[in-house]
Amino acid sequence: MHLLKLDSVSRDFDVSRPWLNRVLEGEPQRILRAVDHVSFEVSKGETLALVGESGCGKSTVARLIAGLYTPSEGRIEFRGRRLQMIFQDPYASLNPRWRVSKIIAEPMMFLERGKPVGELLTQVGLSPDDAQRYPHEFSGGQRQRISIARALAGEPELLICDEPTSALDVSVQAQILNLMAELQERLGLTYLFISHNLAVVSLIADRVGVMYFGRIVELASTSDLFARPRHPYTRMLLDAVPDLEMSGKPRTPVAGEVPNPLAPPSGCSFHPRCPHANPRCQVEVPRFSDGVACHAVEEGRL
Amino acid sequence: MLRSIWNHDLAWSFRRSPVTIAAAVLTLVCVGAAALSPWIAPQNPFDAAALDLNAAFKPPAWVPGGEGAFVLGTDNQGRDILSTIMHGARISLGVGLASVLFALILGVSLGLLSGYLGGRLDAIIMRIADVQLSFPAILIALLIDGVARVALPSDRHDDIAIPVLVLAIGLAGWVHYARTVRGSTMIEKEKEYVQAARVIGRRPLAIMLSHVLPNVMGPVLVIGTIHIATAIITEATLSFLGVGVPATRPSLGTLIRVGNEFLYSGEWWITVFPGVALVILVLSVNLLGDWLRDALNPKLR
Amino acid sequence: MMLEVQGLTVQFPTRRGTLTAVDSINFSIAPGEVLGVVGESGAGKSITGMAVIGLLEPPGRIAAGEVRLEGSRIDNLPHEALRKIRGRKIGVIFQDPLTSLNPLYTIGQQLEETILTHLPLDKTQARERALSLLREVGIPAPEARYGAYPHHFSGGMRQRVVIALALAAEPRLLIADEPTTALDVSIQAQIIALLKRLAGERGAAVMLITHDMGVIAETAQRVAVMYAGRIVEIGPVRDVIHSPRHPYTVGLMGSIPKVGTREKRLLQIDGAMPRLNAIPAGCAFNPRCPRRFARCLVERPDLLSAGASRAACWLHASS
Repeated sequence: MHLLKLDSVSRDFDVSRPWLNRVLEGEPQRILRAVDHVSFEVSKGETLALVGESGCGKSTVARLIAGLYTPSEGRIEFRGRRLQMIFQDPYASLNPRWRVSKIIAEPMMFLERGKPVGELLTQVGLSPDDAQRYPHEFSGGQRQRISIARALAGEPELLICDEPTSALDVSVQAQILNLMAELQERLGLTYLFISHNLAVVSLIADRVGVMYFGRIVELASTSDLFARPRHPYTRMLLDAVPDLEMSGKPRTPVAGEVPNPLAPPSGCSFHPRCPHANPRCQVEVPRFSDGVACHAVEEGRL
Repeated sequence: MLRSIWNHDLAWSFRRSPVTIAAAVLTLVCVGAAALSPWIAPQNPFDAAALDLNAAFKPPAWVPGGEGAFVLGTDNQGRDILSTIMHGARISLGVGLASVLFALILGVSLGLLSGYLGGRLDAIIMRIADVQLSFPAILIALLIDGVARVALPSDRHDDIAIPVLVLAIGLAGWVHYARTVRGSTMIEKEKEYVQAARVIGRRPLAIMLSHVLPNVMGPVLVIGTIHIATAIITEATLSFLGVGVPATRPSLGTLIRVGNEFLYSGEWWITVFPGVALVILVLSVNLLGDWLRDALNPKLR
Repeated sequence: MMLEVQGLTVQFPTRRGTLTAVDSINFSIAPGEVLGVVGESGAGKSITGMAVIGLLEPPGRIAAGEVRLEGSRIDNLPHEALRKIRGRKIGVIFQDPLTSLNPLYTIGQQLEETILTHLPLDKTQARERALSLLREVGIPAPEARYGAYPHHFSGGMRQRVVIALALAAEPRLLIADEPTTALDVSIQAQIIALLKRLAGERGAAVMLITHDMGVIAETAQRVAVMYAGRIVEIGPVRDVIHSPRHPYTVGLMGSIPKVGTREKRLLQIDGAMPRLNAIPAGCAFNPRCPRRFARCLVERPDLLSAGASRAACWLHASS
């Protein structure tokens, strides 16, 4: 039974130039489709990661689920009672004028009974004395802990994590990831984890969705995705990850750049960069079936 | 806690600048004298019964002909100039502070709404602001004052003169606050702590007041301090032109105007001292505002 | 040795005392070699880079030490002389390509300006050289894009232009400060490969500053690990990554998530890097070190020989 379900969700942004300029210069309206018919489900207790490069729409999906945007098309179904979100920038996600106690207590306004702030702080590895301090007195990693404490104060079933460790040093990241894993076990949380870092994702996710240009191109369990990536973009992404093991394995050269989002390629949006593209790929958008959206896979060419 | 205020960057910067300390002291003296004038002025110049026409046109105490009781001399009705200055400054300051408060509340509210809600509301408010900016403040004040005079019976004029004045000067000045706050609000709105509040479920008004407002108030304080000086001058100008406070409760501007008539007949002190007082008051408030702006700037950046 | 740094100390005088951001570090880079300088935020790696090329922001200043380029000292040169050397012999690549390029000039103009300033060529030759540089860094159809402005390019393309600019005057030393951090992972790989190839071909020495060990593994031959303004370990990349000798490096390598491992928990180092005004006595890492002992609390270790690398850790004291 799923906790969260997205059914063919799309989101458009109107990025047209101001009305007067448009009229004077005869420009058409410009619509950017940031999320394009995205569907997936998340079960209780699991961690689903959405991974992709900048501009692929993963952050927009997170915001759609959190209610910060409304879908232009499609439906979002959340079966739980409460969800919370933690953000990427530890410096902008806490109100600099509020004390930590006030920050953490805010979600509890909507609960009948909350937990003491001191307890929430201890839960994330901080001291109850920190409640009287202001955010600027803490380091980036500690601020993320405060953000997590705030999110947990709301007693959520689903926690949306938008690149929570991308702005942190690698050793601090390790602390936060360990903390999040521990909290998930202890409190039975469900995570939707957004990241551009495949290594982080391979560590904490149960299932991974790869996004490109607003669409999900592959969705599989973590072990399957990393052992047997099917979509050409997934393969390219995995190849591009710097090889810390220094195994010296040969890598397929990465081709091209992400196209202009206002002028998306026809058919499969990856075809200009895909080594396996055929004429069908240029015209027809691949259907998502069996965890991947790719003509080459469907036709058995890959 | 007092120690932490003393050691704070702002206090440190304050302590380093002798000009600022002097300005602060001066402001304190002026404000104190003005505020406490009913109790500490040597004479109550507006109590007709206490006036003695024989004491009229006395020069300042150090000039031959002056008296110790009237340190800065007297005017055409025997009023002690020092006392009139203190009472006048009280009115000037009162009107200045009230109009700034009014402009601040109006401007900050409109700026917040405009910046946070955006869309049509933002467009409308900003267009009104643009239109208003094309009128000089004095003109707006004169306009409102004129309308009030026409609309109300003449015996009520004196009663409502000061509120109308406050309204006029306030309406002339809100745009600056609104624009600044709107800009800061638009920036803060995109920050993640505001989005977190939205996810938590806070309503827009609550977010505007409890989250955004504390973070955009910094520049407002600086503008406000400097605006007080401007407001006092605007009020003085209007009173000088005869459309400000009523003659029964003269402000520094009125005193300057009234005293002006006697300038060429030799009784220079009746207009000069109120003029000097006005300059000192405005200068010290300005200097304080200057320092505040510079001291807060690195933080704002 | 192309670059030799000895005893370099960088300090910042502040209202509350003097802060030491870099504390007596030594390293050298040979021609054609890529030295990675890795560390977390606050470790002092960017400041080291800036100190080497004389671009420290005042009040920061070099308090002690020597920097030698091709044998001659550059840290004590007057402004003008240093400026000339900077463009001609040292190329710099910063993190943010958007601010490294002047938005008001075309890339052609910027390339030509650099070339003409430092090389005795005329305008036509400069243009030819600029075009060939653009081709080398992989900008497609450089003639067509010669007159384009920086904002017409994507992030990855801009960084290539920045690299072309850095190489324009045939520098002997390249300093790259987080050159790929702002780029997507697929573009990152392209840029890393490019940097490696170009440096190798020209025999330039490269100082690659980054927090990303993966980038170092791909690009560098040797690596220096910095912590709290000191170098705690330096050696061949393979050795430092696979058999780290300093407890900090061990912790650092253990906390990096790697694709394909089945470990569910990362190794974590408790605590945080000390602030500049609170650096512990003795070994700066000692409060967080699981293997510390008495000597670590009092005496700051030198870089001691440890296998193929050197580590600033008393565990490797021979006596």
